[in-house]
This record gives sequence, C-alpha cells and structure tokens, in this order.
Amino acid sequence: MLLIPCPYCGKRNECEFIYGGPVGAKRPDPNAVNDAEWVEYLTVTPNPQGPVQEKWWHARGCGEWLVIWRDTRTHDIMEAPDDAT
Amino acid sequence: MQRNRRAEGGRIDRSRPLRFTFNGKPYEGYQGDNLASALLANGVRVTARSFKYHRPRGIVGHGPEEPSTLVELDGEDASGNRPATTVPLCDGLSARSVNCWPSPGFDLGGVNQLFSGLLPVGFYYKTFKWPGWHLFEPAIRKAAGLAAAPASPPASGHFEARHAHADVLVAGAGPAGLQAALKAGRAGKRVFLADEGTEAGGSLLNRALTIDGKPAMDWVSGTVAELDALENVTRLQNATVWAYREHNLVMVNECDPDRDGILERSWRVRAGEVVIATGTTERSMVFGNNDRPGVMLASSVQAYLNRWGVVPGQRVVLFTNNNSAYAVAADLAAAGVSVSAILDSRRTVAPEALDLVAGLTVHLATVVSEVRGHKGVRAVKAAPATGGAGTWIECDLLAHSGGWNPNVHLWSQSRGALRFDDDLAAFVPDQPVQACRAVGAAAGDLSLDRIIEGGADLAYGIEPLWRVDVPGQRGMAFLDIQNDVTVSDVHLALREGYSNVEHVKRYTTAGMGIDQGKTGNINIIGTVAMQQGVPLQDVGTTTFRSPYTPVSFGAIGGLREETVLFPYRHTPVTRWNKDNGAVMYEAGARWQRPGYFPKPGEGLQEAVNRECRAVREGVGVYDGSPLGTFELKGRDVPKFLDFIYANIMSSLHPGNGRYGLMLSDDGLILDDGVVLRLDAHRWLLSTSTGHADAVNQHMEKLLQTEFPDWQVMITTVTSQWNNATICGPRSRDVIRALGTDIDLSPEALPFMSFCDGTVAGFPARIVRVSFTGELSYEVNVAPRHMAAMWDKVMEAGAPFGILPVGSESSHVLRVEKGFLSLGHEVDGTVDAYDLGMGWAMSKKKADYTGKRSVMLRRASGRVRRELVGILPVDPDRQIPEGAPLTPGGRKEATEGLVTACVWSVVNNRWVGLALLENGHSRHGEIAHVRMKDDVIPITITKPVFHDPEGKLMRS
Repeated sequence: MLLIPCPYCGKRNECEFIYGGPVGAKRPDPNAVNDAEWVEYLTVTPNPQGPVQEKWWHARGCGEWLVIWRDTRTHDIMEAPDDAT
Repeated sequence: MQRNRRAEGGRIDRSRPLRFTFNGKPYEGYQGDNLASALLANGVRVTARSFKYHRPRGIVGHGPEEPSTLVELDGEDASGNRPATTVPLCDGLSARSVNCWPSPGFDLGGVNQLFSGLLPVGFYYKTFKWPGWHLFEPAIRKAAGLAAAPASPPASGHFEARHAHADVLVAGAGPAGLQAALKAGRAGKRVFLADEGTEAGGSLLNRALTIDGKPAMDWVSGTVAELDALENVTRLQNATVWAYREHNLVMVNECDPDRDGILERSWRVRAGEVVIATGTTERSMVFGNNDRPGVMLASSVQAYLNRWGVVPGQRVVLFTNNNSAYAVAADLAAAGVSVSAILDSRRTVAPEALDLVAGLTVHLATVVSEVRGHKGVRAVKAAPATGGAGTWIECDLLAHSGGWNPNVHLWSQSRGALRFDDDLAAFVPDQPVQACRAVGAAAGDLSLDRIIEGGADLAYGIEPLWRVDVPGQRGMAFLDIQNDVTVSDVHLALREGYSNVEHVKRYTTAGMGIDQGKTGNINIIGTVAMQQGVPLQDVGTTTFRSPYTPVSFGAIGGLREETVLFPYRHTPVTRWNKDNGAVMYEAGARWQRPGYFPKPGEGLQEAVNRECRAVREGVGVYDGSPLGTFELKGRDVPKFLDFIYANIMSSLHPGNGRYGLMLSDDGLILDDGVVLRLDAHRWLLSTSTGHADAVNQHMEKLLQTEFPDWQVMITTVTSQWNNATICGPRSRDVIRALGTDIDLSPEALPFMSFCDGTVAGFPARIVRVSFTGELSYEVNVAPRHMAAMWDKVMEAGAPFGILPVGSESSHVLRVEKGFLSLGHEVDGTVDAYDLGMGWAMSKKKADYTGKRSVMLRRASGRVRRELVGILPVDPDRQIPEGAPLTPGGRKEATEGLVTACVWSVVNNRWVGLALLENGHSRHGEIAHVRMKDDVIPITITKPVFHDPEGKLMRS
C-alpha cells in the first residue's frame, strides 16, 4: 500500500485515495482536431515502465486532487505537490 | 508409548502430556511439541499420501518448508491444508491427513501409482479437452483436491487487525535478528521484532552450538530478556512476516495471541527500515524415490533430536554436498544413534568436518541413486558420483542436505534484486529497492561464526548437486514433493518448448503448492540450467509473491465484514418504514430504501398495484432523500454547468429548474438529473442516487485538475436536505392540508420551479419535479425535521387515501412514462439520440463534455439500438427484464433486449421498454422475444403508456 503525500494531510495510506489515472495529453479543442486525434486523446494514456505522472483524489480525506510522479517499477514517489502550508 | 522419544533433552515439558488423535487413532505427546514431532515420537511413519500419485509420504521438514504432510484439523479450530510441522500440539487436537481415503496407510487412490507412467505433466490439459475442460473439472478437482474449506467459521473468538509504526522492523528472531533488534533497541529506536517460531532463537533452537564457549541458547535467553525489558521494543512470537509491500508496509500475521478470545491478529506495520533476518531453508537432494517416508532433511532430523528429543530413526545414513550434515551426524552419534554412513558427493572435505565425525564411515564422491522401501526407507543405494555399480546400505532413515537457500522471499517481495552467488550456490540479496537490509543467513552468512562474534560453527563448503545423475538410476526423482513433479516432468516441459522457468513452473505446477517450493525450487532451476547448459543466474528465479506462508482469510478480513466493512446509508424515515411493514431493499450507493409496503397476506404484485393506483388516482408519497444533492457556488458555475451537461443550463433564471444529461468525454451517459438555480450565484444540482459519488468525483476532478482557475465551489448537501415527494392528482390538496405559506397555484409555482417557505410549520423548499408523470411536489426539509414532517404528511394525507410508495412502484410509474433509468435503459452503449432525447443535446454549444465523441460515433452510420415501448401481444404475458429480442424470434444474433416490463394499472396489462435496432422507425411492427423454449411476440410502440403529452405533471 502506497504512502501518498497529500499537501494538506501529509503522508496517508493509499486506501484513503481514489486513483485518477495517468496525466495524459491536455484536452484539445474538439473542433480543432480530426477524428483520429480525438480518439488518440481519449484512448491512449501513458503506461510507461518507469516514471509516470498520475492523479490521485484524497476522497476519504480532504478531497484534494493531487498529481504525483511515481516510478511504476519501484513505487518510488519521486515528485509530489509542495506542502501547502 | 512414545517409542522414538529420548528420555531427556529437548525443549519439551515431559511433565505435561497432551492427548491427541491422528486419523482417528489416539496418541500422546508433550507440551512444546508440534504435531509432526509428536507423530515422529510415536513412530508414525506414513503420515500422508501424495497429491497426484497417492504415494505414501512421511514427514520431511520441521517448519513452514514442510512439503509433504498436510493435515486437516477438526473441531472448533477446523482448518485445512496445515503443514503438520506448524500445528502446535494441544490437548484434544484431532487431525487428519489430506489426499487419502480411508487412511494414509491404506489409500484407495494409491492405484494411481500403477498408472504413473500415463500421468505425465500436462496429462489433464491434453486429455480432457473435448468438448471442454469444464465438463471434467469438477470430478478431477474432487479426486485431486486437498482439504475442504471448514463448514463454518470458528465457534468462538474473532480475528483482529492492528496498525503499527516502527523505526525498525526486524523479521526473524534468530541470531542475526536478535542482534539487529538489540542494537536498534539500545539506540532507543522503536523496534518491532516478529518471529514465526513459538520461541526466539531460530536455528539455534535446533542446533547444539556455542557462543563464547557457552550454549548458544544462553545467549538467546539473555538477549530476549534485555529486549523484553526495553519499552521501545515490541517482540512477537508465532508472528509471521508474510508480505513486504510498497513503501515499507509489512504484513505480520500473529497466530494464537491467546488474549481476549482473539484467534489471530493481522498487523500492518509501516517501518522506517526493515531488517530481513529470515534465516535459511535447507534444500532437498534429488534422487530415485527421494520421497519415501524416512527420507528427511538433515537439519530437520537435527531439530527433532535437539529441540524435541525425538530420534526419527535407529539406523541413519546421511547424504550431503556440504558440511552442515556433519554436525547432524555428530549430534546423532552423541545421542547414541547408529550412523551407518555419511555419503558425500564432494571429492574432498575440510578436515574440521571430518574431525567432527571421527569414527564414522564417510564415503566421498558418492551419491544416493535410489531408495528401497515402499512405506518406509529400508535401504539406500550408494553409487560412485562418476558412475559405476553401487552398493546397498540398510537403514531406516536417510537424512539429506542439498545445501541451503537464504530466505530471500521478503527481500524479493520488496522488489530488491537477487544475484546467484557461485560460492554459496544460492540466490542472495543484491541491491535493495526499498529501505531494507538483509542480515545473517538471509544475506548469505550461512554459519554462525559469520553472524556473531564468538559463535563456533563449521564453514559451509558446498559443491552444488542439483540432481543425482548416474547411469542405471531408478525410481521417480521428485523436484516438488507436494505437487508430485519429477525430473522427467521438467524434462518433458522443456522438450515441449516451455523454456522459461516461469513457464516450466506453470506447466508442471512445480513450486506452486502450499509450501511454494521452499525446499525444491532451486533444484528445478538447477535442472533447467543443466538441461539448457546455462548458468543458474541466466535461468533466474520465479517471482516470490506474498504470502510467505499461508494466511487465513479471517486474519486478512479481521473485524471488517459485512456492514462494518461497507455500512448502509439510512434516511430519517427508515424507522417509520420498518414499523410500517416495508420490505427493505438496498438501493444504489448502499441506501436502505423501502421496496414495497405489503399488507398482511399481500404479495409483491398486489402491494405494488395498490401503491401505483394511489399515485395515479389519488396521492402517494415517497422518501426522495437519497438523491444526490450538490450546491454549487461561484462566478464560473454557469460556464461549468454548460460544460458538464449536454444542454444549456446557464440560461436558467433563479427560481427555475431544468432536467439534463451529464456525459463523460467518451460520449457515454454518466448521469441524469435536475439543476435548480437558487439565485445569481448559487445552484443546486441533483443526481441519481447510485451515481452521486461518481458525479462528485467527476466534477471535482475537472475543477481541480483541468480548470483550476475556474471559480466553482461544490458542497455535498445530500444529507443536509431530506425530502418527502408527494405525487398524484390530489398532492396539491395534501400540501394545502399540511399548511403552507407558498402559493401552490400552477401560475405561481409551475412545473420545474421551486419556492422557499414553510410547510406544516417547518422551513421547507418545495420543488415541482416529477419522476412519476403526475402532479408532484418535493417537500425538502432539514433532516432534523424529516421524521416529524413525514408523520404530518401521512396524517394530512389520510383523508385523501395517501399511501407510502416503495421503489418497486416508483419503477412501474417511471416505466409507464418512459422515463429512463440508469442501469436499465442506459447501459453504457446508448446515447441521448437512441433514447429519443436528442433535444437534450445542445446544438448551440460549440463544446461540452462528450459532444465530440457522440457525434463521432453517430457519424459512423452503424445501426443503433433505440429505446421503444413494447406491448406483449398477449396482454397477460410478462416478459423477464433482460430478455433478448431476435429477428423473427429465430436463433440468431440479438437485435435488442427488454430493459423493463411491468404490470400497468392504468393500462390493465403488461407494458415494457426495450432497446431495439432501428427501433424509432419500427413503431407498430411486431418484434419477438426469444426465450429458452418459447418465442413471445410483442408490438413496438412509442415508449410512453400514460399521459403522452405530459399534461398531468404540468397541471
């Protein structure tokens, strides 16, 4: 179980969080992209063996959505939001 | 009569005899015994039958590595598949062998041995494949299976879970673990020391070693005493560290805490540093018939002798490839046991090892090629390692040592790398990944002198022998004794192309038993390496996964079961519902809601008909509190709502509401609900009950991760507002009777509007929405007023014949109106156009969530399943929900399904809804429901069976 650093609550157990998926491409203007580009945006998400940027929701805590960098091989959390205080 | 028990010695209490039964026969052991030591003390040789061939088996090991003797415990603590070596003996224990019937001595399944040549690896997959494995599986499982699950949970006691934090967690209380714990403890760190044994000491309990010239156990008891006196040290025995998870979370299962009726306690320990002092496990030698009762690990023979005062045989032969067995021989000789010979596969042996066994016969460069004896060893064949004729040596016990494996399970679970050490001929910890270190034997220090200053021990001195390979060898040579996997099975797997060790494992099931191949896996890797002509490092290990040893489900669950794990949600009306005979259902999101309110003697359908008639002809009321409710505030709410809803919300005026669909960006319908504009900056959004949490997540995610600069604040107010929804042609009369300062006239309070005021003296908000198609008022009050408000509604409504309405009737009423229900009509494939709700998809807005995807999908031109009404041609014919529609009712691919079918009181017949290919253009046609042995014709109609113009709900 990961220990995820929440900027408001400190390091908390993973079971307090809901996984929000990897951070993908920024949502394009749907009227400015072709069909293939839109489908790519919707369906192709990063899935590296190594560092990945991902979203977590502290749903059973303060409600903060946060973004961390995690290494999928070691679960090392390499980068987390700065302490808000 | 414990005929193999020595008169003295060992860590057992001879003044406390314990009675137990094994396979129905009574025996006696002592306090301090485990089941295996007690059986050996009583001279029970055949303790099990093997999994596949039903060969007779005896006890092999002395701890969790035991591959052979699995037992099922009877009585209150019933449990299955326990290695006999890990079952502490207690008075009245009753155990049975698994895999045999009627007894291990006379087992009918033993007939399989005659056909063993016909049961190679993969036999079942290759043989039982037509028409399908699943046809044969139940019978094969029954023949093969191990113990059955206990019929009932333990009669008394409970499981518990506990969290702990530690600066240093030490796994294992052998010499290295005790030393590490002591050092950290003296430094004032919070230490958590967990050991799987009944007492501390690890291997020192089994061996007659000295530290600084004194018995090693003196050092152990001194160290334990100091540790126990330190307040910052927690020491647990009978506590196995079974998993090493992410970020130094370590799972510890404490068996038999023996306090307050707790059966087992599961610890979740988050540690700053983990010290892996898990010791080492002896590995088997592989030769012909190496599974016969009386073939035991040398270290286990030593353990039974020294720790339990049991001599498992009278004439012993030892077979080894390293020095550790010489100490075993010395201990046996010192105890007066006849040691017939030591057979050593090495050509040279260190003099200090030979000195230890002066006077005993030692044959170097010699191997055991075969064992004679069926239900027990009678003789072993000693053959020159280089080939040539062997000689038979009579004996009743063969103690063998194939070397030692550091217990790297936890290290490997922590994702730390392993490397093959040629000097130790074993995989040892390499680079760590988490904050942990391995110490002692687990790190490859395989003799006591390397672990503790002053410890006296023989050097290890191994020359690996992965399997005996001499000409003329006979008998099955087992690599995995528990799963009956032999050398020839692995060879067959390699010939068939399973060249990766992970594939060999899965195909042969080698190492997949309860023991997880603790004694045999390395020989499998060695056998693969020998066959492929590559070093062991290149073959690699299979993945070590948790649990290290089996853990009961009860311990994992702890007290978290049923509603403790997943509580129900209630409204203030639950009590009233139950008092008034409601049949309670679990609705979405764990809400407890009334299903229907039967009168005495009434069935579901009669009750539902009565409730529906009340709503259609008089008045009914239901508790709408579980609907998800969110208050949104801020400058950017209009922009936000226009983005998440498919229609335009920003144009709403304060005091009004609008129904809308919420899509996800892949174009699927996420939710439907009503948005009210409270004032210029405040909005109230209601969602379906089951999707409230998902909608909240969706909105928060967008606002926090996609549009952090938008000014929108969301407050969940589901439990801040409760409501009684009064519906039916007489609902206005009921509210007037309740007394209100709100003008209820259709002009002042039209459909889809709301007004704040008082009702029956309570502050209330009346909202005119309708999920039944009738004139309807949602009377919203604070939860503290809800129960009282409900009583007043029932009282004021009594003259009008008001009835409480359950979720069954709500379902009927919405189907009659063709109102959609998420999970019925909305199934993750349909869009708003399929539902005939294209009007809910704004054409004016350039972008909103899901728009592009819906348009993209519709542009493909593929046939869509569209929402229609259905009328069974026979009006009295009910159609099950979910029934498939096929063209002409033929056995063909389906063209749709029935999503709902209800008895309509207003139509006096069954009516329903369906999703049907091109349904919108097929009104008036006949379609067919294909049942298993029947075809039901139905007429396709518009999906509305009551008040098609919607005049009533707007009245």
